[in-house]
Order: sequence, then C-alpha cells, then structure tokens
Amino acid sequence: MMGSFSYVRAGSVKQAVAALAHDGARLHAGGTDLLGCLRDRVFDAGSVVSISGIEELGGIAALSGGSVRIGALATLAEIASHPLIRERYPVLAEAAASAASPQLRNQGTIGGNLCQRPRCWYFRGDFICTRKGGSLCYAFDGENRYHCIFGGDGCYIVHPSDAAPALVALDAQVSIAGPGGSRTIAVEDLHILPKQDIRRETSLEAGEIVTEIVVPPPRAGLRSTYRKVRERGSWDFALVSVAIAAVVAAGKVSAARVVLGGVAPKPWRSIAAEAALIGHAIDESAAMRAAAGAVEGAQPLAQNAYKVPLLRGALEEAVMSLARP
Amino acid sequence: MSTHGDDEKGGVSRRGFLGGVAGFIGVTAVGSTAEATPVPKAEIYEASGLSKLTLQVNGRTHSLLVEPRWTLLYVLRDRLGLTGTKPGCERGECGACTVLFDGVTRYSCMTLALEAEGHEITTIEGIMAGEALGPVQQSFADEDAFQCGYCTPGQIVAVEGLLRQNASPSIDEVREGVSGNLCRCGAYGHIFKAAMRAAAMKQVS
Repeated sequence: MMGSFSYVRAGSVKQAVAALAHDGARLHAGGTDLLGCLRDRVFDAGSVVSISGIEELGGIAALSGGSVRIGALATLAEIASHPLIRERYPVLAEAAASAASPQLRNQGTIGGNLCQRPRCWYFRGDFICTRKGGSLCYAFDGENRYHCIFGGDGCYIVHPSDAAPALVALDAQVSIAGPGGSRTIAVEDLHILPKQDIRRETSLEAGEIVTEIVVPPPRAGLRSTYRKVRERGSWDFALVSVAIAAVVAAGKVSAARVVLGGVAPKPWRSIAAEAALIGHAIDESAAMRAAAGAVEGAQPLAQNAYKVPLLRGALEEAVMSLARP
Repeated sequence: MSTHGDDEKGGVSRRGFLGGVAGFIGVTAVGSTAEATPVPKAEIYEASGLSKLTLQVNGRTHSLLVEPRWTLLYVLRDRLGLTGTKPGCERGECGACTVLFDGVTRYSCMTLALEAEGHEITTIEGIMAGEALGPVQQSFADEDAFQCGYCTPGQIVAVEGLLRQNASPSIDEVREGVSGNLCRCGAYGHIFKAAMRAAAMKQVS
C-alpha cells in the first residue's frame, strides 16, 4: 500500500508549478512510474500533483516550418501510431512501440518517459544507495548484469527510456516550465550523469515540468531506425539499444547521430560511431567500424561484459538496416 | 474531512469550499488573483479523510468517497464489488487488472481512482451481452483459453481493447495486443486462438 498523500488536480501549467512548490510534491502525468515508486516506497509523496487533465499539454501536430510538436502528455501509444511520426521519424515510432506493454503505452506519456526514475533493483529496493543519499552503490560490487558500461561514477544505473535515445538522435528540443518561467533545451542536455548530480537523472530544477517536445523537420535523405535488444521478445527494458538518424546524400552519409540506450546513466551519444559513418557509404565495413567505435572506452562491471559484444552486434544491424531507404 | 483554511507555502492560498464536499478545497495559482478573467481552480483532495468521487463504470454512475491513494483496482473491487477485475502483481506487470479506460486498455492497479473521474471505465462485467457472454468471453470458453482462470478477465479485456482498435488483427498483432498480460499456466496458444475466433465472431455479429 502506498503512503497517504493529498491529490491536486491542476487545471493549468501555472497551477501545477505552484502546487509543486510544496515540500514532498510529486508530479503525476500518466502515473505509471510514479505509482510504482510510491508503492515500492522508493520515495513518499506529501502531495501528488496531477497534470493529466491539462489539454494544452497533449497532442501531436506539425508546426509551420516542418517540425513536429509532441505535447508532454502525448502517450507512447499515440507516438507509436501517429502517421506524422511514422512517416518522418521511424526511429521515434519504433522506439515508442518497443517500450513497455500495450497498457503502459496507452497510459505512459512522453514527458513521463523522459523523466522516469531508474530501474536499478537496489534503487527500487530497500537500499539507501548513493542515488537515495546513502554512501554506497550496491550494484558496483553486487548484482550488476543490467547496469551501465559507460558513464558510471558512484552510481551505475542505465537510463531506462527507449524514446530518449531516439529524440536525442533526432536532435529534438524539450520545453520546460517552472517557477522562473519557461526555457527550451536540447533533449541531449536534459539528462545528466552521476558525476554531475548523483541524486537525479535530469537537469530539471525543483518545480520544473516538461511541457512539450519539438522534433526538427526531417532533412532530405534522412534515414532512421531503433534497434532494441531485450532478454525476451515480449515487453522488457533494453539490455542495449541503438538509435540512429543519418542523412544520406549521393550514396554517402553526410550527417549522423548515433545514440545508445541501456548502456549508460543517460542516452549515450557515440561521436566515434558517428565519425565512422560520416563521409562513407552505408556498408558492412562502415557498420563494423561504427560498432568498434561505439564500444571504445566501455568499462563493464563484473556481470555485464556481455553488453560490449551485444552492443557491437546491435549497432552493426542498425546501421545495415539503413543501407536502403 | 477538514476544510480549514490554513496558510500555505509557495503562494497557494486555500479557502474552505462552501457547502463542503468533504476534503475538497479550491486553490488559486500564484499570480492569478489580479487577472480579470476567472481562473479555474486547481482541486485539492486532502490526504486524510475521504473525498467525493463520481465514476462512470460499465455505463452506470457511481458516487463514492475515496482516499487519494486508492487505486482504481481497489475501488472497483472493494468499494463497487466488481470483483471480476483481478489483483495480481499490483505493479503494472501482469495485466490481471486490465480495464478499458475510454475504450483503451489500461492497468487499474497503476491508476489512481481520482484519475478515472470524467472517464468511461469498462470492466470484464461490462462486456457481457446482457445476461449472455460477450463474443470475446464466449471465444475464450469455446477455445478453452485458460487453465486456472485467474488471468482470464484481464486477457479478455485486453483482447476486447485490441479488437476495438483493430477489428481483424493478424496473429502477430494478437500476440502484441496481449503481450501485457501474463498467464502462469501458459495457455497462450489457446488465448491467441480465442482472440482470432473473437475477431471473426464480432465481424459476423
């Protein structure tokens, strides 16, 4: 049973931001991650501030200029099935479709998906780990087969989102409202590493909420894909995943963004993999060089060295799937 | 139940709600007091005590008192007596508690009851055809699509939700459509057959 909390049904972003100023206030969009955390007593809530009824935060629509606005409350199911997303940004539609189960995709929002808490079993369990203000990362010397191979530092979570690597690959922007007004940043800059702040996964300040995401217009020749590897065919979190958005002109890659999921505390952009693709045709040798580049610098823990070859293979497959438009 | 007007931090003012729905208080957001146009108020439901909630379930309107932390699953079973919806994992993984929320499948264990206000909820009891079984229910019986039966209501509601979105799914779409519902007896083969049969039955009827 969850602990007691009061419930605030916000009618506007302004009301939500005001209500979030109270100690112990927690934001509720779809609620799938929040209720899991409250039930597991990862944290308690003094109040739950629900934004689920704020209409202006929903919807998916093309903007003048060719970009697409995705409201923070757009569900993963809406994103996965929306014709604009499927046509222009396959990487995002595929990532959204690969997340969770049909029921959770019907309820879970893109804003919540970006801001969900880690799945580390020590964090979710009864351990006061570094992320919860303790002095130990129990995964470091413990059960760490699902933990990170990049970017760990006192905490070895992976970011669990499928949509986040896709949005970073597409160079999407995220708008944030808070007590100090509104701001817009790259999704790439939303997530942070333990060395920046071990207690949180995003750069959101207290009382700030994600209001919308804007994906830039697809460039001519854009090819994109999401490749997710999980332990079973049915719904599961990624062991590793690869999001690629590449622009192909005259048979060669002119621009590319390669972003890895399931391997780091945040969506992990691989500049080395991108460099291996840019200027080359998409073929097996480019794919192998990109895969080799992607695993450079990996630092596996005792139980997750398998992620290195798994990531290489997933990246090679993802690159090769883009060989034809 | 108290609706006393205590001072609040963060610029949110509280006033008792006259005529008092229990535990229900209006607040005005920061900076909105000076505006000419009326600003709708956020609604607060107090942690202690019970608040009034109106739910639409299976076409009927229910008025009841709830705590904010109560899930839709708990309210359906323990307050409304609709025990067809089953508690399983109670953490959004097994699907036994699946209901339709505005016609779309959703886990009632991961939904606060207060979140359901203003939405149409359909449970396993609501997809009967009068006193008779609905087509999906009948198909599950015909195909022997269960062993212990505990996950069955959730499986049936998942298939009902799938067929409302996709009237003639492929077998792969059926597999995906019920992928959020676990069956510990492993009756999946029969469940998939039942779903295909239900699609055919619905198209005839």
